[in-house]
Amino acid sequence: MGYPHHPHQRETTVLSQYFGDAEARTLDGWKKRGGYKALEKALGMAPTDIINVVKESGLRGRGGAGFPTGMKWSFMKQGDGKPHYLCCNADESEPGTFKDRELMRWTPHALVEGCAIGAYAIGAETAYIYIRGEFTEPLYWMDKAVKEAYAAGIIGKNAMGTGKRIDVHVHKGAGAYICGEETALMNSLEGRRGNPRIKPPFPAVSGVFGMPTTINNVETLIAAAPILLNGADWYKKMSLSSPKSTGTKLFSVCGNVQRPGNYEVVMGFPFKEFLYDLCGGPPHGRKFKAVIPGGASVPIQTMEEAEATLMDYEGFVAQGSMLGSGGVIVIDDAQSMVSVIARIARFFAHESCAQCTQCREGTAWTTKIMERIRDGQGTSEDMDTLLDIGEQMTGKTICVLSDSCAVPVASGIKKFRAEFEALIPGGRVHPVIAAVA
Amino acid sequence: MSPDLVGGLESPDYASHDRAAHEPYTPVFTGDARRELDELLTHYPTKMAALLPALWIVQRERGWVSDEGMVEVAELLELTPAYVKGVVTFYTMYHQHPVGRYFIQVCTTSPCGICGAEDVVKAFLRHTNTGELGLTSPDGRFTVIEVECLGACGFATPVMINEEFIESVTPDKVPDLLARLA
Amino acid sequence: MAETKMVNLTIEGRAVTVPDGTTILEAAKTAGILIPHYCYHPGLPIAGVCRMCLVEVEKAPKLAPSCATTVAEGQVVHIYSEKSLDARKGVLEMLLINHPLDCPICDQSGECELQDYTYQEGRKDSRYNEPKRFNPAEDFGGDVIYVPNRCILCTRCVRFMDDVAHEPTLNVSERGDRALIGKFEGRDMTHPWAANVIDLCPVGALLSKDFLNKARAWELDRASSICPNCTQGCNVIMETRENQLVRMRPRPNEEVNSFFMCDWGRLNYRWMNEKNRVELPMVRRGDALAPTTWEAAITAAARALNGKPVFVAASPMLSNEALFLLTQLMQGGRGVFRVTEGEEAPLPGVEDLALRRERAANVYGAQALGFTKTNDLLGGLKQGDVLVIAGEDLAGIDASALARASEVVVISPVLPESARNASVVLPIANFSEEEGTVTNLRGRVQRFTQARQAPGETRPSWLVLGDLLGALGKQSNFFLPSEVFAKLAASNSSFAGLSYDSLGFKGLPLADAPKTAPKSPIAVGAA
Repeated sequence: MGYPHHPHQRETTVLSQYFGDAEARTLDGWKKRGGYKALEKALGMAPTDIINVVKESGLRGRGGAGFPTGMKWSFMKQGDGKPHYLCCNADESEPGTFKDRELMRWTPHALVEGCAIGAYAIGAETAYIYIRGEFTEPLYWMDKAVKEAYAAGIIGKNAMGTGKRIDVHVHKGAGAYICGEETALMNSLEGRRGNPRIKPPFPAVSGVFGMPTTINNVETLIAAAPILLNGADWYKKMSLSSPKSTGTKLFSVCGNVQRPGNYEVVMGFPFKEFLYDLCGGPPHGRKFKAVIPGGASVPIQTMEEAEATLMDYEGFVAQGSMLGSGGVIVIDDAQSMVSVIARIARFFAHESCAQCTQCREGTAWTTKIMERIRDGQGTSEDMDTLLDIGEQMTGKTICVLSDSCAVPVASGIKKFRAEFEALIPGGRVHPVIAAVA
Repeated sequence: MSPDLVGGLESPDYASHDRAAHEPYTPVFTGDARRELDELLTHYPTKMAALLPALWIVQRERGWVSDEGMVEVAELLELTPAYVKGVVTFYTMYHQHPVGRYFIQVCTTSPCGICGAEDVVKAFLRHTNTGELGLTSPDGRFTVIEVECLGACGFATPVMINEEFIESVTPDKVPDLLARLA
Repeated sequence: MAETKMVNLTIEGRAVTVPDGTTILEAAKTAGILIPHYCYHPGLPIAGVCRMCLVEVEKAPKLAPSCATTVAEGQVVHIYSEKSLDARKGVLEMLLINHPLDCPICDQSGECELQDYTYQEGRKDSRYNEPKRFNPAEDFGGDVIYVPNRCILCTRCVRFMDDVAHEPTLNVSERGDRALIGKFEGRDMTHPWAANVIDLCPVGALLSKDFLNKARAWELDRASSICPNCTQGCNVIMETRENQLVRMRPRPNEEVNSFFMCDWGRLNYRWMNEKNRVELPMVRRGDALAPTTWEAAITAAARALNGKPVFVAASPMLSNEALFLLTQLMQGGRGVFRVTEGEEAPLPGVEDLALRRERAANVYGAQALGFTKTNDLLGGLKQGDVLVIAGEDLAGIDASALARASEVVVISPVLPESARNASVVLPIANFSEEEGTVTNLRGRVQRFTQARQAPGETRPSWLVLGDLLGALGKQSNFFLPSEVFAKLAASNSSFAGLSYDSLGFKGLPLADAPKTAPKSPIAVGAA
């Protein structure tokens, strides 16, 4: 994806329309493009009215879980006398996902605006944007945008002259995938190890600093502004799969594909056309073999499954996977699935926070077995052991990192068993492996 | 000890860093850095919340976070050094030992892995004369590490050199990239 | 006080009713079931990380960590269902994959919860065929050694230092399977209560230097006792091997010491093993003390005391029973004691728990029974008094100070150098060798039991003093210390209504003791 950005004609660019447009990064440029109109409108509305519009729009969390945003906002008890907080999850770390990075690089003011709207809606005077430490460029632009917004009185103790206080602070992470988990992010923000917390209590009751907190993904918050300006109906109608999945969604595409990059399409877009038309299909002379459609922690899809998928929350589930964070990893026929999965397992083993036994030990054990198989040292029992460890790692820990490690392994063994078997000494050699080796 | 027998942090490559480690420690949080921290403290209802930002300031000023740096931060934020160390060791971006002047991080997680990131790593190791991951080149200029997902998977292979983020690096681009560095 | 709402649920088919807010794990205890667990400890904040206590709750989508899940009306809990057992088997296998399996050389062996639960519910074999991770053992300072290879990262030790000792000395360092318990170079486990982490550690990862390689757990004999080393009166277990005291550990008592005891008290037990003991009763023959029979010695002591003013210099380590009988001997004379003092060291996370300034078990009992605290032990001794040295070691007191006494009777485990001119020496058991009660600084009367056999012909203090009173013609016919206590309770209004039966092993306050609130366990809310 090069810049200046030329969106594909079949994209629906709401959030990504200013990608590559350097002027949109500045306050003046952003205002010229209609920026902060939504905030102005929001500050004139009652918070419950804002929440109702967002509810009505059907906007669902874009970070991975897909929880209805308006409902999440409504969990914040208004007028309870406690400080409320909004956390923006900009710790984008799910392998295959790089949409929030682009949103922050090109439209930093859109996020400031989204945070201010969200904070006001949930009765918070402070919003923290937690950005992963590796995102030096997004950090630079966000920092600059926040400063500009403060200087212009858009945020601060008298936001847009309404007498309402909205502070927005950028908080820099320091290298930990798990801080993208909402309660881990809160611990990290408080200056602790990024350990996920036991729920309950849920963040809306006791979140960051022990206070009611809402945490939203970058893309979710940015989507709130056009929804407020254009109305819930407008948002719903864009989607091919309304009312369950509404609006547009940014998909990050990477791996073995002609045109990797970010694509914004309406919910319900056919995945097959997405992969072959928008993304240009596989590299020359190759064929797609598998897709991991929602970041590294969702089940792997075979091409049959992928090509039958409609791109929305339900559509991916119907075809054996999940929409997740919208990070589409495309794998072609030159790759060994065992190597790909072993590398994913290694990622999770590296990132496990070490709290829960099954995760701390299970991710590392899985990695060791996967790498042994990859290196031709596997045994015939290994796959059963992997599946059984995976069972132990699923649904038994505080957060889902452990499940995320088990998922690609289990789906990989289920859907590409021949490739595993081919690597086990004495097993039959799979033609693909023979070709790669 | 022969350099062949020891790796990583015990390596003679770290001689220059040992010197750094033995110089008397001077506090980081004086003057501007102190004012910066004081301003940061206004962002949060607790002092502890300024821990990650404070450690970032230490690393920016000193290139790494030494034990003395942790003690200084602990005292300022009313924490114990053991607590601070627990936090420092959780996050991979804080250097607990000095690193080369150019700290090179190459993403090798799956999406980049299937686009040839391993070859990019090899190219960096060869052209920086560091030999091995995590070691610093004899001239003290380079340290190369593999890093988990940098969040720029569509621009394989992304590489971070200190604060600079470089997209779509291929092995053939490595010599030019390095030549650019002073 | 608002009435607590009660919740009814079923655990393993048994109906249980517990207060609202109780965790499933605690509720199961009331049904007599201990759900296997590692990270949970009632004296620490809940962490919920070991995932060992997973149980099946009907209608819940996932297994629930019973330490962190509160009860709900009508809940049906299965602890031994296939799903729960399978999950715990999985945790046990994971905890052992990197464990060195070095039970034969591990101090924890025999009292290790990893061993116990593995025997109970674990796999017979391991499917782990990969290299094990290794980290070297580390001296954490104080009494603590850390063996990371055995560590299961339950974080009890970290939470104790953070939330109970209020001195975060330990941390979890690194992450993933590289994680281990760490500390900061040069900042040791020197907090006066730090050694509690050794007891809290459910496995052999945190070991006591003092106890290192001394005994296997199954070689130990155990007795419920009270720490004699200060006036707090921490409940302890005294552990002996071959009649030698080798370890003292806290015994939970929410009224006194919660689950803890201080390092000073814990490690100060060697004096009870000392060999410099009088083992036979002795009487003066000319210039020397000569061994004799108990009968002859008691008769000699009675003759020495009979009808004369008595001055008793008692040790505040003596039991209420011994001190009470001593008051019966005084015949209008005086009783005094002195006590060694040191610095007070509180445990901040538990209300009213400290290593106290006064370093003896029964200072308050002695006072309640009419003994006077003094710095000048023999200052009040009058010319012609009979001096009774009861348990006092007379450290720092010269023989000349005893010269005013007409006669000296020593009733003590040791014969002080300055009391060698005594007429009679009656050897008695020391604190670890007899049974009795002591009264702590809040007026709580607590029983201690015999942990060791007394040497030679040494007898319990209450028995010797009872015989002596009998020889003096006073009504005294005691066969058990409980009988002495009954007499004490009948004759002293402070002790009225108390008996060994009512005291049990947690004790009761004196009638006139101030009311104290129980030290509620900290276990509320997540870390």
